[in-house]
Amino acid sequence: MKIFLHRRGFIARIAALMVLPFVAQRRAFAQSEAVDSLIEKITGGAPLQRGRVKLEIPTLADNGNSVSLRVVVDSPMTPSNHVKSIHLIAPKNPRPGVASFFYGAGAGRPQISTRIRLSGSQGVIAVAALSDGSFWAATAEVAVTVSACWDAS
Amino acid sequence: MAARISVPQNARRGDSIEIRVAIQHPMETGYRTDDNGTSIPKNVINKLACRYNGAEVFRAEMGSGISANPYLSFFIIAANSGELRFDWVDDAGVTGSERTSIIVAG
Repeated sequence: MKIFLHRRGFIARIAALMVLPFVAQRRAFAQSEAVDSLIEKITGGAPLQRGRVKLEIPTLADNGNSVSLRVVVDSPMTPSNHVKSIHLIAPKNPRPGVASFFYGAGAGRPQISTRIRLSGSQGVIAVAALSDGSFWAATAEVAVTVSACWDAS
Repeated sequence: MAARISVPQNARRGDSIEIRVAIQHPMETGYRTDDNGTSIPKNVINKLACRYNGAEVFRAEMGSGISANPYLSFFIIAANSGELRFDWVDDAGVTGSERTSIIVAG
């Protein structure tokens, strides 16, 4: 109850509480230097927000050599409001940058399906770059039974 | 490099149509060794572009995280009848190409 007695301390605490979610949000995607620099390369330092991206991937993958996934971005794909690119990151892979997909004028529904390799259980990240300069992401945890490259094969 | 590309042959103008691409390629990670213990160099299809009547509508830049025999599905807007052209290249510089025609009505 002391916080209500000291006005200055109270204000500082409220300010700290307001900043916390933003710090937490940045941390949510931060894993390692390699992943940080990958995200930085995509966003150019702009904030990465959670939402608008749906990452469909099995929660349990038997074979890390081939895991099917689908990314769907919520965008009308009009000339003034569209998806410019979609990026896939597997933070625990030896090379975390899995793939990048770029959309030109004439691209259709912003949805991509592919199959990826996963070196062990991890949280896969999908990042979408939008034409308005905003960046959105989704993460999905995948438990991998047999990792790609567990026996170096 | 053998490739299977599926494009709807007929579409209505303005439709979002699905393009599916599957290419036969080992997508060598560079982390494997052969029976003699020498490492097999990394060799993946690093780029695939889809051009629709000459204009690039979709491009994929891939790394060793994409599975062997890469499969991609994406969408384009059916605008005009004409040609879809797919070009890809791997780390060894080997290129592949495929073209299909599409008829757009309406």
